[in-house]
Parts: sequence; structure tokens; C-alpha cells
Amino acid sequence: MTVKTKRLTRIKKKNLVPYAVVIAAYAAVEALGALGKTSSSLRGLLVPVCAYVVMALSLNLTVGILGELSLGHAGFMSVGAFTGVVAAVALEKAVPSAGIRLLLSMGVGTACAALAGLVVGIPVLRLNGDYLAIVTLAFGEIIKSIINNLYVGVDGGGLHVNLLGGADALNLSADGTTIINGPMGISDIPELSTFTAGFILILVTLFIILNLVDSRGGRAIMAQRDNRIAAESVGINVTKYKLMGFVLSAAIAGAAGTLFAMNFTTVVANKFDFNTSILILVFVVLGGLGNMTGSIVAAAALTVLPEVLRKFSTYRMLVYAVVLILVMLAENNPRFKLFFARLFHGKAAEGKEAAENG
Amino acid sequence: MSFLTYLIRGISLGSVYAIIALGYTMVYGIAKMLNFAHGDIIMVGAYVCFYAVSSFHLPPLVGVFAAIVACTALGIVIERLAYRPLRQAPSLAVLITAIGVSYFLQNAAQLLWSSNTKMFPSVTGNASIKLFGGQLTVPVVTIVTVISCMVIMVVLTWFTDKTKMGMAMRACSEDKDAARLMGINVDRTIAVTFAIGSALAAVAGVLLCSAYPTLVPTTGSMPGIKAFTAAVFGGIGSIPGALLGGILLGVIEIFSGAYVSTQLSNAIVFAVLIIVLLVKPDGLLGRRVTEKV
Amino acid sequence: MGNMVQFKRDAIIPERDSGKPPILECIGLGIDFGGLTAVDDFNLTIGRTEIAGLIGPNGAGKTTVFNLLTKVYQPTRGTILLNGIDTHGMNTVKANQAGIARTFQNIRLFSSLSVEDNVKIGLHNQMRYSFWGGILRMPQYWSVEKRAHEKALELLSIFGMEDLADSRAGSLPYGAQRRLEIVRALATDPVILLLDEPAAGMNPSETEELMENITRIRDTFGIAVMLIEHDMNLVMGICEGICVLNYGKIIAKGTPAQIQADPAVIEAYLGRQKEA
Repeated sequence: MTVKTKRLTRIKKKNLVPYAVVIAAYAAVEALGALGKTSSSLRGLLVPVCAYVVMALSLNLTVGILGELSLGHAGFMSVGAFTGVVAAVALEKAVPSAGIRLLLSMGVGTACAALAGLVVGIPVLRLNGDYLAIVTLAFGEIIKSIINNLYVGVDGGGLHVNLLGGADALNLSADGTTIINGPMGISDIPELSTFTAGFILILVTLFIILNLVDSRGGRAIMAQRDNRIAAESVGINVTKYKLMGFVLSAAIAGAAGTLFAMNFTTVVANKFDFNTSILILVFVVLGGLGNMTGSIVAAAALTVLPEVLRKFSTYRMLVYAVVLILVMLAENNPRFKLFFARLFHGKAAEGKEAAENG
Repeated sequence: MSFLTYLIRGISLGSVYAIIALGYTMVYGIAKMLNFAHGDIIMVGAYVCFYAVSSFHLPPLVGVFAAIVACTALGIVIERLAYRPLRQAPSLAVLITAIGVSYFLQNAAQLLWSSNTKMFPSVTGNASIKLFGGQLTVPVVTIVTVISCMVIMVVLTWFTDKTKMGMAMRACSEDKDAARLMGINVDRTIAVTFAIGSALAAVAGVLLCSAYPTLVPTTGSMPGIKAFTAAVFGGIGSIPGALLGGILLGVIEIFSGAYVSTQLSNAIVFAVLIIVLLVKPDGLLGRRVTEKV
Repeated sequence: MGNMVQFKRDAIIPERDSGKPPILECIGLGIDFGGLTAVDDFNLTIGRTEIAGLIGPNGAGKTTVFNLLTKVYQPTRGTILLNGIDTHGMNTVKANQAGIARTFQNIRLFSSLSVEDNVKIGLHNQMRYSFWGGILRMPQYWSVEKRAHEKALELLSIFGMEDLADSRAGSLPYGAQRRLEIVRALATDPVILLLDEPAAGMNPSETEELMENITRIRDTFGIAVMLIEHDMNLVMGICEGICVLNYGKIIAKGTPAQIQADPAVIEAYLGRQKEA
């Protein structure tokens, strides 16, 4: 039987767009920086933007590709942040090179977040949609609570860990340092994160996610999202693939967390709370579920915009909320959609809408 | 006697959670959406009552009434403007919209009333009564809270079982289209559900702040999350489930704060929730809706 | 259609299958849901290349039987032997890996994915590269994906659907969606294919085409097919053995001719003639 087979290049072309956007943005910022045209507030935002972009991509993997609503994703960021910084501080003498220490710290952060993802994922992924959302929220709060009461220090003897006891209970020797100080979080973080590191992390994340989607594992994950019963009926082990996708997503979030934390001198557990989880979710939904370029643009824009609008800061969150509501209405309500289509494309759009929805 | 004190305090806090959870569960049952902004309506109710009593020097009961009126109106307006246009939209879109409404309310409150902590004047006064020959002191607000919760539960159960509107609500939560075909005004039924839920939120806000008097724009947020987990815990869509989930959550929170650690009490509450859901995935009183293959 | 011969256990199978063991045997299969017995004492034997029909009034339990065979439900009693293997304790995934594939009464496609991807998901278990091997684009990825792409188009060409390969599955017209479900099930390389009302919503000429396609699938792939159908032209036209269900119990089994003449079947469908 002879059948025409298409070349596979067509699929790959569509995937180039997010890479192109990221590379172009990086090049533009670096060029502006070299010309001295970037303000210090913008430069201060570069690493956080990268971290939020990666977080948005990782949550898009869970919500858009896996099809599960996770309301506690900031918890994985938090695990990555704190374990990564502990590693960075502990390795201070052993690994003098900043770049390699950053890499190793991110490795630790990623691995710990992946473990957290496994611990959360195994019980959680059996639940149905709304219950899963609530349990991920609960886990996010638990992680925050635990870290807020965690004391970790390092001295000549190694790592000391204590829950609820306070920094003194660590029994550090005289030359030891407290790294995590309960609710005070971590101070004196080695600021190893750079914009270039963030850029590379975004590219690696894109590589992993886009390649996953275009492989049998990704197809299995999307199949169970679309129709779990049908996926099982064609022999797909749904639980296994959901778990793999979820753990991968948590791991990526952990890497983002490590990058994020090592951009600041101090970081506390409350920074990675429910509000942060919701913030990332807004990026993902606004950018479009499953749309990686959308997540990148939304995360970057919505992180930079509030800073740009600082002048109007009293009303900016209010405007932000209203815009959010309006965008949701515009994307999902047929009458609104028609209104905007007419606004931008005239009467022709009306006919097209009618034909599509007919 | 401290065990009893904690138990009573737990039941009281739990009653507040139950009242809030009722609002969540009723709206979820009928509109299949998680009204994220519900916790912030609680906050609005508390502020309205606060200003009614502090600035306008109205008697506390009038303050409560004003809060109920304001929140009911707010709930109806929100439903009409933000949720009704998204009736057919995917649930994630509705959730994000609800988040937008929540942000809006919190920031509007911040602009209108500033984020300075207000001390809420208890609507039940600050008296306590002594039981067991003076060994047990129970604040009046606790008694009022628990009794209010019970009364609300009874009235609501009667309402949904025995009245025409209650039946309409139950019909809409089973199958909106069929209900519409039977001549039920689905839009009005949903609006009434939101109105009731918001009125309950007002009551919860007033009672919550009477017991824990600090009031800021974010006051409603955490109780809202906890009450939401209570509703899920008890079985979302179930009225007795909201009561059970709320009371249990309040008791667990107070006990873990008292006997384990106040800092970890939230973590313990959420951990219990997770364990229960793993054992009983539809909540304590939830019904499993099996998918037809 | 071939001739039917007696097999042990009072069953009939096609003559061409008589030298080989049956592909499916249900022995005393039954399931209770609480107090309700949905299926009871279900005994059926299907030959390796038989096209079998499962018919009966609505609510008779036909889809329930399919759900039992594909392990959506676990039987309360009885045994299912698939290709000689007892499927006791298997779940849906294992049952498919053991060789049983199905379509659904209400279409269950992966609607956001392309037509080709829907078929490729059916090929999932025959594609051999690991999760990370795929992400890192190891050499096996490229060779396996290329073969899968070719195989998917080949399968789609059974129904002439290869040009639709890039269309979104959810945007296909109803008939095409039904056909895609069959192709996807075939992609899992089953030994028996269960079709749940494959002709639902089709007009007579589409049904004719479907009959030809089902027969051709059976001949090309050498598999058995069992179908639930209400369209009697289709059933009597291509089925070699027919099993009639009513109220969860078998009321008749036999060739189309035998079934059409069976008084119990006539009564079930048309009711008993009133006393004159």
C-alpha cells in the first residue's frame, strides 16, 4: 500500500516561535544594556521575569497539557528555592566558581522539587478535578507552613536541620551559619543568578516541554486529558503518565525557584504563597492553555507592567483586576467575542463568527 | 477545663467556617463554579457593619442588617456582571474571573478603607457567661455564633426541601437545561442562590470579626480558603456536608493550635483534609457521580 | 459469510476457525450493581475470525457486556478467556494490551488532537522509546516516529481518511469521527475488535460502506469483530453468529436465519401477539 507521507518539518516549524521570541527578547535586552539604555529597575526585573516565565511554562504543563488544575504550584518553587540556596551556601568553600555553584544548586533544587512533586502527585492525581485543585492548594500551604518553621544550619560537622525548635536548637559550632531561620527565611543569599542563566533555563524548559508534547509520552498525557476512559481503552497507563508529567512540572518549578531566590539577599516562605500560585495561574490562562509562547509573553508582560505602571500604583491593582475580568469575558463570552471582532475586523468578522458557531 | 474551652472555641470557629462553606457549596452545586470572591464578600460585610456601628453609631443589629443588605446586593451584581456572561465558558475561565473579582474587591477595599487595621466592635458585646460554677467562661459571641449557625442550617434545609424556590435550586443543580424546559427561570434561581450565599457571607463576616476583631482588606481571604476546603471536605454540594466540614475544620484548627503548635495549625488542618480526601475522595458526605461509559 | 459449525460447549463458530481455539469465551459471566443484576449467565464463544453480533432491545445490557469484556467493570461472577488467557483481575489498560479493543456508543475521541495523533496514540504501546528518550530526541525517536507516521496513514487509508490526518479530531463530521474511533482501536493491534453501534446516525449508503469496511478489516487483519447494533440490515448482512440479549440474559444464539425465525426474539422486539 503506497501512501504519501508528509515530512515532519511542518510540525517543527510551529515550535520555533517560542524559541524565536525568547532569543529575540534576550538579544534586545542585552543590546539595550550594552548601549546603556536599560534602567536599573528593569535590570532588577530580568531574573524575576525569567523565573516567572519558567514557572508559567511549568504550570502550563500541568494545567494545559496534563489538564489538571494545580493551585499550589508556588510550593514547588519554594522547595526549589530553599533547598537550592542551602546547597549554594553549603558548597561555598568547596565550589568557588559561581556558575558551577549555580548549576549545582539548581540541580539540588530541581531534584528536591521533583521529590516533592512525587510525594504530592501520588495521592493527588487519583482525585478528580476540583478535589485535586483543593488538595494541591492544601499542599502548597503545608509546604509554606513547614518552611516557615524550619531551621537549617551548616557547620564543620555538616548540615543541621530542626523543625519548630528555633535557631539555637541547631547546636551549631562556633564557625557554623544558620541558613534557614524559620519565619525569617534566608538572609545573605549568594546572588548567583544572572539574566543569561535565566535565559538558558527558559530555553532548556522550552526544549523539554515542546519535545515532550511531540513525543509518545506527551501524546499519552494529552490523550488522558481529553478523554481518560478512551486513553485507558487504548492501553495507556494514565496514572503513570500523569505522575511523570506532574513530577516534571514540579521539577521545572523547582529550578525556577532556585533561580528566583538567588537573585535576592533575603527570601521568606511567605513569598511563595497561594497568591503567587494564583499569579502564575493567571499568566497561564491569559496566555492560553497549552500555548507556550502565550505563557512567556503573559508572564513577562504582567511582571514588567506593574513596575512600569508604578506611577499609578494606587489604582494599578484595581485596573489589573478589571482587565483580567474583561479579558476573560472577551475570550469566553460569544457576545463579547462578536463585539471585539466587529471592533477590529468589521462586518466580515460577524459572518465568520456566525458560520463557525452555526 | 481547658479541653472544653478549646472544644467550644473550635465549634464556634467551625460554625463560622460552616456558614461560609454553605455559601460556597450552594453556589458550586448550582453554578458548578468555585466563587473565589466569596471570602472577600465576607470582608466587605465586616467593613459595612464596622462603619455602620463606628461612624454612624447605629445599633449593632442594624449594622448586621446593613451588612447583609450590602453583601446581598454585591453578590447579585457580581453574578450578573462577571459570572452570568460566562455560563457556558470552561470552568477554568470562570475561576480566573472569580479571582479577578476577588482581587478587585480586596484592592477596592484597600482604596476605600485603607489597609490600616480596624478594631471591629463585637456585635454581641464583650460579655461572657460563667458555667460550671465559674470554671468555664464562655464568651457570648461564641454562643451567638453557634446558635446562628444552627438556625441558618435549619432554615436553609427547610428552604431547599420545602419551598418552591428551594426545589428550583435543587433542580437547577441537577440539570439546568431540563429545569429550564420545565419552566424554571434558571437565571433568577442562580441569582437567588448567590444572594443567599452572599447574605450568609455577611453574617459570617460579622460573627468572625466579633470573635477575632482585627479587620483588614485581606481578612476574608484565609477563612475563605479554609471554608472552601471545609466545603470540599464535607462533600461539595452537600448542605449537611458544609456544616460537618466546617465544624470539624474549626475544631481541628483550634486543637492543633493548642496541643501541637500554633504555627503549624494550618498545616495540620490541611493535612487532615488531604488524608480524608484520599480515603473518601468525594468528601465525607459527598456523592460519587459515576461517569457513564 | 462462511458456514457455522458446532464448537464444544454448545457454541457455533465459523468453519474456517474450526481447527483453532476460539478468540473469546465468556463462561457464566454476570454482574450485579447493588441489588440490580445487569447481566447474568452470559455464555458466548467467538471464533478467531468471526464477525459476531450482539443485539437486543435498549437497556438489555449489551454495552454492559462490552464494559465487562474491556474491564471497565469487574464481573461479579464468571470467567472471560481472551485468546485462552483468563482476564480475571485485569484493568482496562491490561485488557487492551492483551488484545481487546473497542469503540464507544458516545464518541470518545481525543478531540483537541489531530486525526493522525489520535491514531498514533493507538500505536502507543508498539512504539518503543522511553519518556526521556523522546524528550532528548534519541535516534530511536526518529525511526520509531517515522514508522508510526507511516503506519498511522496506512490505517487511516482503510477509510480513505489519510487527507484528514492534520485536521483536529473534534472538527470532523460525525461519521468521520466514528470511523476514526475504529481506526484508533485497530491501531492497538487487537485480536478482537468490539464496535458499539458503529452505524449509529449513518444513512443506508454509509451503512453499506461500513459493512464492506468491517468485512475488509476482518479479512485484512485476520481478527474477530463483535458488534452491538440496532440496524438489522447490517447485523443480518455481515454477522455470522448473533447473540440476543434481553434484561441481561441471553434469549437466543445462532445464525442470522435462526435468529430471525426465533419466537423469543420476535417477542422481545415486537411483543407477543394479542390473543385473537
